Amino acid sequence: MKILAVIPAYNEAGNIRAVIEDLKSFRGDILVVNDGSTDNTAEIARGMGAHVVSHPFNLGIGGTVQTGLKYAFENGYDMAIQFDGDGQHRGDQIFKIVELVERGEADLVIGSRTLPGGYKMGFARFIGSRMFHLLIRVLSGHAVEDPTSGFRCYGKKTIRLFSRFYTDDYPEVESIVTAARSGLRLVEVPVLMRGRLSGNSSITRRKSAYYMLKVTLAMVVDAMRGRDLIEES
Amino acid sequence: MDLTKIVSLALSAGIFFFVLWLVRERRLREKYAILWLCTSVFVILLTASRRLLEVAALSVGIYYPPSLLFLVGVLFLMAVAIGQSVTLSRLSESNHNLAQEMALLRKKLEDMEGQVKAKVEVEK
Repeated sequence: MKILAVIPAYNEAGNIRAVIEDLKSFRGDILVVNDGSTDNTAEIARGMGAHVVSHPFNLGIGGTVQTGLKYAFENGYDMAIQFDGDGQHRGDQIFKIVELVERGEADLVIGSRTLPGGYKMGFARFIGSRMFHLLIRVLSGHAVEDPTSGFRCYGKKTIRLFSRFYTDDYPEVESIVTAARSGLRLVEVPVLMRGRLSGNSSITRRKSAYYMLKVTLAMVVDAMRGRDLIEES
Repeated sequence: MDLTKIVSLALSAGIFFFVLWLVRERRLREKYAILWLCTSVFVILLTASRRLLEVAALSVGIYYPPSLLFLVGVLFLMAVAIGQSVTLSRLSESNHNLAQEMALLRKKLEDMEGQVKAKVEVEK
């Protein structure tokens, strides 16, 4: 089975070397999607032998992951994993999210921090996370404990669906609903993560209100569409 | 003719010709110009004949005719703004797709260049 690791990276020159090194025992190809970085993220990654696709300007995390999935789709990969460029995800946890997709038992696996084998989050994040949990449950019937996790494994069908439909900003939560409503099999597995190596979370307090609103609106509208996205993709 | 009438006539005529000029300079597409031209014609008509405004206002139950002008103006601006948002959304969608397509094509090109180089090396 052909598998691709997609690493979305925006100005991760300080982290990218460690991230790629962490993947040295990974038995697939590595693709760094450089989202218009102004530092030398792309050069470092290329120097380490990773494939690099560079956006001409910054598209945001959604567009970056989607470019990776489009690459996977065009090059006939059976699976793709998303592995963040900031060092939070651990190479030794990949087997946990890959397993079910490889056996053909799931189309989308989410590596979850809140299932046993924990992770502590701030209060605001906890509230937001619970709200999303509830919304996803109402709209798709799935109980996802860590809907904002970006540590994921995509099967072939999911790669195809997301290379057509994937939102630009804050895509994690919305994409769960898109996948579930398209009849894809969604599984969440517990994984371990690290604290970030350097840099700050992309979601500041000021942005989080917009985040909640935007994602909620997107999910509710998505539910109103009720069309077969799999067919359309 | 009172001063208000002259000023508003001049203003709407000014807008009308400004829009025409923009189209002529190719700085505004005909598609978007039509809407603006129609409005200025509409405003010119309403200012030219007070009677027309009064009849129009009374027929929809507005007793202070100038408020019809405001109402129409606000509605028109809203329509334009929503139309612009739709256009903007469509443009950012295509912009997004183009950027991705371009990035993927560049990657393909780089890979092919690498292959050609390697082949040339072997043949040497």
